[in-house]
Amino acid sequence: MSAIALPRTAARRRTADRVMTVLTAASVLIALAPLASVLTYVVIQGASALNWDFFTQLPKPVGETGGGMANAISGSLTLILLASCIGLPVGILGGLYLAELGNGSLGWWIRFTADVLNGVPSIVVGVFVYTLIVVPMKRFSAIAGGVALGIMMTPLVMRTTEELVRLVPTSLREASLALGIPWWITTIRVVLRTATVGILTGVMLAVARIGGETAPLLFTAFNNQFWQTRLDQPIASLTVQLYNYAIAPYDDWHRQAWAAALVLMSITLLLNIAARLIGRPRSTARGTR
Amino acid sequence: MEVSSSVSRVWARAFFETAERIVPIASATAERIQAVRVNAYYSRTHAVRGVSLGIQTNRITAIIGPSGCGKSTFLRCLNRMHELVPGARMEGEVLLDGEDIYARDIDPVMVRRRVGMVFQRANPFPTMSIYDNVAAGLRLNGVRDRRILDEVVEHSLRQAALWDEVKDILGRPGASLSGGQQQRLCIARALAVKPEVVLMDEPASALDPASTLKIEELAKTLRENLTIVLVTHNMQQAARASDFTAFMLNGELVEFGPTAEVFTRPRDQRTEDYITGRFG
Repeated sequence: MSAIALPRTAARRRTADRVMTVLTAASVLIALAPLASVLTYVVIQGASALNWDFFTQLPKPVGETGGGMANAISGSLTLILLASCIGLPVGILGGLYLAELGNGSLGWWIRFTADVLNGVPSIVVGVFVYTLIVVPMKRFSAIAGGVALGIMMTPLVMRTTEELVRLVPTSLREASLALGIPWWITTIRVVLRTATVGILTGVMLAVARIGGETAPLLFTAFNNQFWQTRLDQPIASLTVQLYNYAIAPYDDWHRQAWAAALVLMSITLLLNIAARLIGRPRSTARGTR
Repeated sequence: MEVSSSVSRVWARAFFETAERIVPIASATAERIQAVRVNAYYSRTHAVRGVSLGIQTNRITAIIGPSGCGKSTFLRCLNRMHELVPGARMEGEVLLDGEDIYARDIDPVMVRRRVGMVFQRANPFPTMSIYDNVAAGLRLNGVRDRRILDEVVEHSLRQAALWDEVKDILGRPGASLSGGQQQRLCIARALAVKPEVVLMDEPASALDPASTLKIEELAKTLRENLTIVLVTHNMQQAARASDFTAFMLNGELVEFGPTAEVFTRPRDQRTEDYITGRFG
């Protein structure tokens, strides 16, 4: 009986196996198709508009062709730098606290808050910073933009740091403490040092993430058509400039917007690749465990 | 009589073979560490029950017993590592040169500087080179002088019988060494801060027989300047390498005495059962 039934069962299983393989492959294609088409479209449209001027020139007034987004590129970098000044120290030290001491109720609340903050729509962060900084200062400013991005960056960095510090084996902490090294030096010089590579990866991904944000900048950093070196003045950024140019009715601005999109995408891609390369496990010879 | 003859046969196998090479010293010296009625807990688990024990200076004291008998926990009470485990607590006194290391005004960091530790698994700092691993204890405590560091690194590696193997590759990562070398690197790292006592928590249990023997011989050389406490579940190792042996079972100290006596004329039936291999 079973000897006869067996081939049939096997055939059915084989069919089911093939069907499932095709289905999963199809799902991957469906997921990748939009991504691939966006990428190719941006590359095609952006590449034709991209030239040296884009990186070196200021925007031209309406009606004149040419010009570039040099101010927006440097503005974006300034904003990321400002955000890092808040996000890195608070995020890394906070993550260290959560991993090493945060098992009590205070830790639970910090973790909860960070997770909620991570999920808050970025436009809300923008509004919050608007009332907190822009209204009292009575003007849009690079500082306000940097704070908004910093608020978005902090929980990202904090949770990554916590996870990676938790991965550092207890045996290393104990090895250091058993040498008569005080707890805080152990934490910084051994535990944090061991987790550094991973944290660096997390930081790059966080930078890539906030570098692509537009909403929190709309009413904090605002925008600027000129060079701006003062941090208490509105400053341009690639994302807001892209937004403004894309909704404008001028063909030349549309082309520039595509170029901006390409540059933004490339920066994000490069940061991601760099993060992958840094985070890749080294060839750690034998017997590390 | 019949039982004791089977015991001596086991002992003869475990002990006499190596007796020529490593001669245990049964004579008593001053006690460097005195544990007085030590009780240790993990949350609700009572892991060590009222152990009192004297660790003699410049001798190797082995603590043997089956897994989970509390020997490692007791060891970690001797340099205040036990309290690092969340939920762990400890009662009783541990006197280091007559001074209670659990007294209120004693800094655990200073205790650990005097009582070093080698762990079951070699745990060199993965981000540091061989040199930096050995120098870590001094460097992270503020020693910057390159000449002092060089000297201490060489001396410690020589003491740990590792210098000849690594003197040309001091810049390589500590983790690139073999398992046995890594464990000797960890011993060198512990020696570099010049402790008075070194606690070894099954230092050879993850190593092959050749490396194990090296570690044992090393311990024997080191006892000239150091007091060593060696936790092991390997009875042969205790018989080969120690001067005194303590047998623990279910958190209690069952028997303690000169190694030769514990292995030839155990006073307690449970000790005899354990060393003759009836359990554990």
